[in-house]
Amino acid sequence: MPRTSHWIVRRLSHLDIILLLLVLALLGISLAAVASASGQSPARMTGHLINIGLALAVMVVIANVPPHLLSKVGLPLYVVGVVLLIAVALFGEVRNGSRRWLDLGFMAFQPSELLKLALPLMLAWYFQRNEAALRARHFLVGGVLLLVPFLLILRQPDLGTALMIGASGFYLLFFAGLPWKVILGGGILGAASLPVIWGLLHDYQQRRVLTLLDPSADPLGAGYHIIQSTIAIGSGGLFGKGWMQGTQTQLDFIPERTTDFIFAVFGEEFGYVGAIFLVGLYLAIVARGLVIAARAPTPFGRLMAATLSLNLFTYVFVNMGMVSGILPVVGVPLPLMSYGGTALITLLLGMGIVMSVATHRQLNKT
Amino acid sequence: MRLTPLKNLDSELARFHGRLKAGAAFVALLATILLGRAFYLQVVQHEHYIERAESNRISLVPTAPNRGLILDRNGRILAENYSAYTLEITRAKTADLETTLSELGELIEITPGQVRRFRRLLSESHEFETVPLKSKLTDEEVAILAANRYRLPGVEVKARLFRNYQAGPGMAHVVGFIGRINDRDLERLREQNIEGNYRGSAYIGKTGLEQSYEALLHGRTGFDQMETDASGRAVRMLSRIPPVPGKDLRLHLDAELQAVAEQAFGDFLGGLVALDPNTGGVLALVSKPGFDPNLFVDGIDPETWKSLNESPDRPMVNRALRGVYPPGSTIKPLMALAGLELGLRKPTDSIVDPGHFSLPNSRHQFRDWKRGGHGVVDLRRSISQSCDTYYYKLAVDMGIDRMHDYLAQFGLGEKTGIDLDGESAGLLPSRDWKQRRFKQPWYPGETVIAGIGQGYHLTTPLQLATAAAMLANGGKRIEPRLVQAMREPLAQDWQPLPGVVRGQVAITPKHLEAVREGMMDVMRPGGTAARSAAGAPYAIAGKTGTAQVVGIKQGAKYDASRLAREHRDHALFIAYAPAENPTIVVAVMVENGGSGSGTAAPIARAVFDYYLTGKRPGGLPLETENAAD
Repeated sequence: MPRTSHWIVRRLSHLDIILLLLVLALLGISLAAVASASGQSPARMTGHLINIGLALAVMVVIANVPPHLLSKVGLPLYVVGVVLLIAVALFGEVRNGSRRWLDLGFMAFQPSELLKLALPLMLAWYFQRNEAALRARHFLVGGVLLLVPFLLILRQPDLGTALMIGASGFYLLFFAGLPWKVILGGGILGAASLPVIWGLLHDYQQRRVLTLLDPSADPLGAGYHIIQSTIAIGSGGLFGKGWMQGTQTQLDFIPERTTDFIFAVFGEEFGYVGAIFLVGLYLAIVARGLVIAARAPTPFGRLMAATLSLNLFTYVFVNMGMVSGILPVVGVPLPLMSYGGTALITLLLGMGIVMSVATHRQLNKT
Repeated sequence: MRLTPLKNLDSELARFHGRLKAGAAFVALLATILLGRAFYLQVVQHEHYIERAESNRISLVPTAPNRGLILDRNGRILAENYSAYTLEITRAKTADLETTLSELGELIEITPGQVRRFRRLLSESHEFETVPLKSKLTDEEVAILAANRYRLPGVEVKARLFRNYQAGPGMAHVVGFIGRINDRDLERLREQNIEGNYRGSAYIGKTGLEQSYEALLHGRTGFDQMETDASGRAVRMLSRIPPVPGKDLRLHLDAELQAVAEQAFGDFLGGLVALDPNTGGVLALVSKPGFDPNLFVDGIDPETWKSLNESPDRPMVNRALRGVYPPGSTIKPLMALAGLELGLRKPTDSIVDPGHFSLPNSRHQFRDWKRGGHGVVDLRRSISQSCDTYYYKLAVDMGIDRMHDYLAQFGLGEKTGIDLDGESAGLLPSRDWKQRRFKQPWYPGETVIAGIGQGYHLTTPLQLATAAAMLANGGKRIEPRLVQAMREPLAQDWQPLPGVVRGQVAITPKHLEAVREGMMDVMRPGGTAARSAAGAPYAIAGKTGTAQVVGIKQGAKYDASRLAREHRDHALFIAYAPAENPTIVVAVMVENGGSGSGTAAPIARAVFDYYLTGKRPGGLPLETENAAD
């Protein structure tokens, strides 16, 4: 018994206590919001609790893996991910007009999900390997490594995921030291090519953007989601209508309210004060992640902790921006809040990596 | 791109820290945008969005009021409500209308007529309106439909209030019917700014009293304030304004008397109006043939509608109000009164009637109906014998304009103002009118025939009844009224709806007396309608008349037996009784009835008998041969 408890304590000692508390706080809020959004559906709540337990377990396991081991899975994971993406392009299953899924016989799988972590891991591993002599060509190679999965996912087509994965790759290049000139030049080039990109967008993607600009043009179609979620948030006011008291939520006006539109539920029932608190929690996680990055002894740890932190907030921004009507509707869940196992596991896996970086400092130094 | 190999760990770290700060600033910027947006929605625009959330969740569900009942003077129900289940379809909610219809046809019996009617209603309504397919479902049908509801989107079984007219076809022209609110009704309601009161109503009065008393009968729509979810399902009731039911109406009309009158017509078509000369109350208002108003309540199927509409008998036309016919000899009592009042004749003035009349300097003979003439004729005899020559002369002495002005006082050429829509004004000719209408001068010969109610004259049975009522009541001009009182539903006391007196024509009593004596002589032995008064325990005053349908050539003889029925003359009769103290006035018009005395007067007698003595008509045969007129 003492040996077992000692072992548990050692495993748990690799958790960053501040990050853990913040994550648990958000998961607690998520439980409350999903309970309200689902009308306290026992099935939903059980599923959510199982997902949370599973994801926390994954986090604990990953936090115990030393960063130097983690860095080694980057390359194989990336290669497998890209191969699977190519397989999707060739044999993938078409759902809702896009080719994203791979039927593995026992389960359907989106390889793009794998790339969310594989790409940063791959790049971080690559930049750490070349730490001693970082040259322009390394950033070029990094750019190519980013573009390959980005373009494969883009042509599925899945613009949302492609952009999110592109952003994670970009953050890594940015923290690795991508020169400002290149960033600014790229930004200007990107802005200039917007009309071209617009022309390349699919009809439904163009419609989403147009719907954002004027949701009332299509109030029963694509605009319905945005209209109802902004009404929910706006009607919440300063202090919200109270838990389980949101009329928009309880009377089914908010679509997808346990998943992508959970912020509309939260905003309606807890108001502006609640929103500030929620954004505050996310900011605290980012801040803690950046502090861990600043203190990390290895380039891999630094890059991963910083990238994953920024990446998390990017998800937050895209989701809340969409739900509150300033970004187009793309299928991005709200980190740690939305119901859904895959996204939650991926996220806490990332948190596990950050914790691993945070708690393996001394070990690495020796 | 300037990139030097990293040699200095510290400078590398310093740059990384710089990037971390930039990253933190970027995140702060994103957070500011998010919270700025949230501030805008939740604080700045909060009022707007709370309002939208409320209107999202709260819906007003109208509850239709019960329609008022219509009762006859004795409390017999003429129009009532009953609740029944109907099968209704909302086209916009169905997956495919044709499939839905055929699936329904497999579940319950749906006749082709019901489908036709449904399609007609569908073509008149919007996609989101619910249209009935079948009404009065049996319990079994309701159960079958309820069990299959899940696979028939857009199909609903609803409990609805229906109108039932149990008084039969004879009452259809009085009570009228309700029907589904169509676009035209809706537009009218909008113009009157009362469409809100019809939010829950599917039906509106279309004809008859149902139409003219719509405002009283309908009542006020109530509203349930419901909390509804996104799919429109009511979750709970928040508040309720109950509907105010429509008022019940009580008529002057006696349904029994109406039935007696109708029965007295036998196979003949025509119109009859019986009035209380003192109140203007309509005791009976018959237009034969009638029709079954129940056919219309739920939307009539196109075939039936076509057959009703195209029938040569024109059952949809209310002959009592809208049927215009030359008054013929029934105008003579009024002409006689005019001659006396205008000082053109004295009661004792008499003429010698050779059987025809000619205008000075004309060889055209205006013939009396009686070959050889009536001999010496004074005013009383001119009425009792219906002497045409007397009135030819009187008309010429009077002139068309004075004739017009005097007769106008009795309401001829003007709507009576009865509480039913759609009455005709008839036509009271004058020099002005002819100039306006035809841009032609008035010819003296036209005055001659106007004197016996022929030529341009057109009157409705209702106008004849109101004019006769003025002879009966001494010149009081009252608007005929069907409804005498209203009440809150189920309340005990009725609030009377007083009649309207339009005016009083001053008549010298002596003159009126002379005319009335003449009309009594009509019913006495020797008078034109004496046979119709035989054995009556009360005195009748009346006047027969005939309205020509086809012109008879100069010198030719009218022979009813040689004419096809539709070319026979219309028979007219006006009368009141008891003659000394009248309580009922009747005007009868029998289409192609031949002569007033033969067909019209016996009908009036049947009405008088029932009203004054309670006697139902038995062995009173209707005579169709050409009797004296």
